[in-house]
Amino acid sequence: MEATSVKTSATFSGGVHPAGNKELTSHKPTVTAAIPKRVVIPLSQHIGAPTKPLVVIGQEVKKGEKIGESGGFVSAPVHATVSGKVTAIGSFPHSMGTDMAAVVIESDGKDEWVSGLRETTDYLQLSPDELKKMVSEAGIVGMGGATFPTHVKLSPPKEKTIDVIILNGAECEPFLTSDHRLMVEKSKEIVEGLKILMRVLNVKKGYIGIEANKPDAVEAMKKAAAGSPDVEVFAVQVKYPQGAEKMLIKAVVSRTVPAGGLPMDVGVVVQNVGTAAAIYDAVRYGRPLIERYVTVTGRGVKEPKNFLARIGTPFSQLIAEAGGMTDDAAKVIAGGPMMGMSQYNMEVPVIKGTSGILVLPKAEVSTRSYGPCIRCARCIDACPMHLQPSLIGLFVEKGHYEDAKDYNVMDCFECGSCTFVCPANRPMVQWVKRAKRELAKKKN
Amino acid sequence: MEATPKEQPKEQPKAQPELIVSIGPHMRAEESTAKIMWTVNAALLPATLMSVYYFGLPAVLVIVISIMTAVLTEGAIQKMLKKEVTVADGSAFLTGLLIAMNCPANIPLHIPAIGTFAAVAITKQLFGGLGYNVFNPALIGRALILISFPKAMTTFTQPVLNIMAIDAKTMATPLTVLKEDGVAKLLELYPNIYQNLLLGNRAGSLGETATIALLLGAAFLMIKRYITWHIPIPFILTVGVLTWAFGGKGALFAGDAMFHMMAGGLILGAFYMATDYVTGPSVRSAQIVFGIACGALTVLIRLKGGYPEGVMFAILIMNCFAPLLDRGMRSKVFGKVEAKGVKK
Repeated sequence: MEATSVKTSATFSGGVHPAGNKELTSHKPTVTAAIPKRVVIPLSQHIGAPTKPLVVIGQEVKKGEKIGESGGFVSAPVHATVSGKVTAIGSFPHSMGTDMAAVVIESDGKDEWVSGLRETTDYLQLSPDELKKMVSEAGIVGMGGATFPTHVKLSPPKEKTIDVIILNGAECEPFLTSDHRLMVEKSKEIVEGLKILMRVLNVKKGYIGIEANKPDAVEAMKKAAAGSPDVEVFAVQVKYPQGAEKMLIKAVVSRTVPAGGLPMDVGVVVQNVGTAAAIYDAVRYGRPLIERYVTVTGRGVKEPKNFLARIGTPFSQLIAEAGGMTDDAAKVIAGGPMMGMSQYNMEVPVIKGTSGILVLPKAEVSTRSYGPCIRCARCIDACPMHLQPSLIGLFVEKGHYEDAKDYNVMDCFECGSCTFVCPANRPMVQWVKRAKRELAKKKN
Repeated sequence: MEATPKEQPKEQPKAQPELIVSIGPHMRAEESTAKIMWTVNAALLPATLMSVYYFGLPAVLVIVISIMTAVLTEGAIQKMLKKEVTVADGSAFLTGLLIAMNCPANIPLHIPAIGTFAAVAITKQLFGGLGYNVFNPALIGRALILISFPKAMTTFTQPVLNIMAIDAKTMATPLTVLKEDGVAKLLELYPNIYQNLLLGNRAGSLGETATIALLLGAAFLMIKRYITWHIPIPFILTVGVLTWAFGGKGALFAGDAMFHMMAGGLILGAFYMATDYVTGPSVRSAQIVFGIACGALTVLIRLKGGYPEGVMFAILIMNCFAPLLDRGMRSKVFGKVEAKGVKK
């Protein structure tokens, strides 16, 4: 019955140690955010084809009603997150930086569920295909931030045998604690979600990987998994980017995903713990993905908090519920400080991949310009993919994109470790993004 | 391309502070080029103080002139080229200090000034400034003055332990004695040679005398992870092994490895100059090769070449190969090897 083990030494080589800053919110129980008066629900909240709107302006909708139909296999439907009336369909600011198509719903304050939600108590008896369909219909995407449609990951090509599922509870981004709180507060649901995933992929072994800096989450998950010998909880070393798929797989099952390959190439599927909880909700109660845990934190908000918030809630509302910004607030980031995107408009909505809203005060925002590369090799030591970011940066700076490609720029997943450690403050991630864009242009 | 602090859409419904928008990561390590350079300068402090202790006022003058020339040259050239003046980053200061460390105490002061000027103006700034120089500036500066003023650069005095440095007697360095007159003479002049080498009580350049002070600074830099073992340790060990094997008279494995590892500028060169980020390789495996090659060249020059000491030329020669080593020994991408083998 002993279903847990601890491997705190297990990790990948490289990586960095940014200050965690999680103590701002890690001990605070999640509070349910107010139901927004008006939600803006982007029709594209995932990687892949945008959805097609199913509603028209003026239409009454109920909570959980599908309002955007999946636009293809690699796509995920979106649902109304409040009950009320559709007041606009058009282009609205999106946390990805550009305006995107969205449906606006004014809440009627009744918060009524759509009828016909199907509850299933013996869900593990359902067939893998039925379960997969429920996941797909619920609009579930990777909730760690990558927002890749989950049902796609659950449909590996026939020649790939999956024998391991890893739930990602590493939460290696500084400041964020939404997964941490979810694991403490909804550990049973996460384990049930993992079992559903194991049933869908016919996998006998499920792991939950958590950074060792969340002992209460490790404890809670171990407790929840105690009756399940096929589920193991791993405490992995605290190091950024421990939560990157390839790095977590290395730490938990010592498998190396081939460069340019996917986890399924080594028989692994990785899902975020939040995704697992959403899968449980979808399968057990028939509820689509309409809300998520969001950490609103940083020394730029007065009362940092963890929220359970509806998709479509404007950032401004959650920031206000967290006491509002301080006078010296200078930067607002969707996500964590390492890979998150800074925002200019506080009316952007929470989407399925919004794990946190981070507000940094002026003193913590660097506007230092960058200097010449002194080839100190700190970035080479830090790169979890073992690339040479210094050289890639020098190439891109001079417009030599092909050379950057020759130095494996395409293998970079933009974790930002190189830029974090650079003493000359060189914007390596920015250059990598530029190189990828320029190389893509050439290809077309 | 940098942060654009003042972009703010006008139709913003609520009052909000001016927000800074930039590409992540939005957190940075507490590290800067200036901090690194000043830390290396600080690591040289024990050796600098020891040189003043042994050689007195002349040492102070050489140090001050070298550093001043370096800083003024860098500032003047950057002004002339209308570039940002970056003398505060400590890198010109370090070049000046290193050249001083490489000079005898009683040298006429225009010589270190010329060496420092050449180091900063030609080797560094004309190649594009910090980060773009091919050769270690301090070593080029030293090579230039060694070739131009061979007598002044090789006339060393005995340590005087006297601030005004009166009665300074000239004396050959242990390596020169070994080269010119052999082991017997060396032991006659320096009966406690290991102790002399370790504590610095011997003739030599300012910075190469007190091995223990240099090691102290190097240990500090290694603990702070500002330098790693990959270059200096293979460098020094290679010198040790090769001099042990070939440094003896007549027989193999009769050489005095300990003497060769502590003598001359090896400790200074290996820990403070071969480790220069800009002019050495940055891939770790390439750094080990770089260190071994520096060691082999040093021994070749010491035992077979015309100069008693070979550290400087060894590092300069290897500086040329640093980019090649980096390209030839690229780091292996995570998952790249398995990419061929794994077929599931």
